Amino acid sequence: MNFESFTEFLLMGGHGLYVWLSYGVGLFIIVLVYIQPILARRSIIQELSQRQRREAQNKASNEVNAQEITGGNE
Amino acid sequence: MSRDYQSGPSHSEHGLLSVLSVVLKREFLSAFRSRQELANPLVFFVIVIVLFPLGVSPEPDFLRSAAAGLVWVAALLATMLSLDRLFQSDYDDGSLEQIVLCAQPLYLIVLIKSLIHWSLTGLPLILLSPFLATMLHLDAQHIPILMLTLLMGTPVISLIGGIGAALTVSLRSGGILISLLVLPLTIPVLIFGTGTVQSSIDGLSVAGHLSIMGMMLALALTLSPFAIAAALKISVSD
Amino acid sequence: MNWTWFYKLGSPKWFYETANKLLPWFLWAGLLMLIVGTVWGLVFAPEDYQQGNSFRIIYLHVPSAILAQSCYMMMAVAAIISLVWKMKLADMFIASAAPIGAAFTFLALFTGAVWGKPTWGTWWVWDARLTAMLVLLFLYFGVIALRSALENIDLASRASAILVLVGVVNIPIIKYSVEWWNTLHQPATFTLTEKPAMPPEMWVPLLIMVVGMYCFFSAVALMRIKNEILLRERRTKWVQVIIAEEGKH
Repeated sequence: MNFESFTEFLLMGGHGLYVWLSYGVGLFIIVLVYIQPILARRSIIQELSQRQRREAQNKASNEVNAQEITGGNE
Repeated sequence: MSRDYQSGPSHSEHGLLSVLSVVLKREFLSAFRSRQELANPLVFFVIVIVLFPLGVSPEPDFLRSAAAGLVWVAALLATMLSLDRLFQSDYDDGSLEQIVLCAQPLYLIVLIKSLIHWSLTGLPLILLSPFLATMLHLDAQHIPILMLTLLMGTPVISLIGGIGAALTVSLRSGGILISLLVLPLTIPVLIFGTGTVQSSIDGLSVAGHLSIMGMMLALALTLSPFAIAAALKISVSD
Repeated sequence: MNWTWFYKLGSPKWFYETANKLLPWFLWAGLLMLIVGTVWGLVFAPEDYQQGNSFRIIYLHVPSAILAQSCYMMMAVAAIISLVWKMKLADMFIASAAPIGAAFTFLALFTGAVWGKPTWGTWWVWDARLTAMLVLLFLYFGVIALRSALENIDLASRASAILVLVGVVNIPIIKYSVEWWNTLHQPATFTLTEKPAMPPEMWVPLLIMVVGMYCFFSAVALMRIKNEILLRERRTKWVQVIIAEEGKH
């Protein structure tokens, strides 16, 4: 334990601004770098699944149309 | 223009020299036709240098101490602007594809094109530099060294710039992007170019610096055409 | 020698599944080490007798600087693999790693500059290491900008691979010239981390931070590559199965 008290810890012997500024920005960047792919993954899955559902609907309605056409021809 | 490369029997029968002379003729012809365009980088060069006394200080002592760097940076930026011309018009009229498919080694054609481009942009800059250096109060005795560093350095900038131009030729507005890609890579040339002049001003020997400039020139001449050729092949292939 | 592992590496599906297994290990190991290293460095490590407590910034500055450079080297290796073997995953690595590398480079620059203020009295100093880091940041931006400008993914991957390789060839030249330039223009010689005999209480947390950063980098890179795979392989059956399952929420 290098510091006598918590206040001393925060002050860092007068260099508190620099140390905490650095670590603050460091934390910010680490969090940012970590969160970005998580959010991206969510939006990718959302978009792709929406597209998937739309294509499934189109496919289903095409099949129904095809059946009606062939049914009508008999 | 693309007809120049299609005429006659298969290209390999034309021989290396004749292909290179076609390239030479073509480049100078198209440059001559757009003479106005050639002047643009030069005017830009002058304008950039003029901005510094206006924006910072016309004090002779300040200008003298900054002269070498200012001329060099202005030369760097002016060359960046001119790099668009290197491949863009060929790409637009389809002849770039012809050049890439041509049987002769692409490496040599690219080297020739780059050097011709340098002779049309870098060389005029070098010839203009004594006047600008004088306006910046650089002592006359150091001007030959400045010109020598520019002579050895501007081809390197053209060659490295050619890589950037080749990578972005398929884009419509490659201008700023080329500079973004290329300028960091030209920093060593800038550092040693100005360092050489500074050495001369300090009265020290410039031999060591010049040999490093020479080494960079040799490296650029031998290695860049490969990268440019590879980049061109990629850019025309889609 | 059995090269199957190399060819397996070329299969996005195999990589995706392997990434899923490895991810938790890298992530938790990384986070744990970063926390331990930070606490140790901030609280328990002795202060430097010359620099006082600002010296603690080293525990952020050095690991991020090391990673900034390593990342580019890894990208260079991936660029060669991408160009020679045309392995899609190698290209996905380049696309994924570049922004992380840029972030670490920025962090190294920022912490280096902030460290400079109490140490040399100025917020920014044009010393060789910081200036070279700045140029590295430009190289990263170049790769990111080129990839985003070229829409055709095939063109973008090959072009950015070439750019990375041109950059990596230049890096030693740039470093050498910046260091040489610095000796001309700096009146005194500054070295940020010239602690030839750092006691273990000082360098052990540093080591932990470095390893922790590497693990964190690997975890985030794996996450990003997984996203790239989902996007590029969206037409394949196995991806569509995943989408169908995960899209239900």
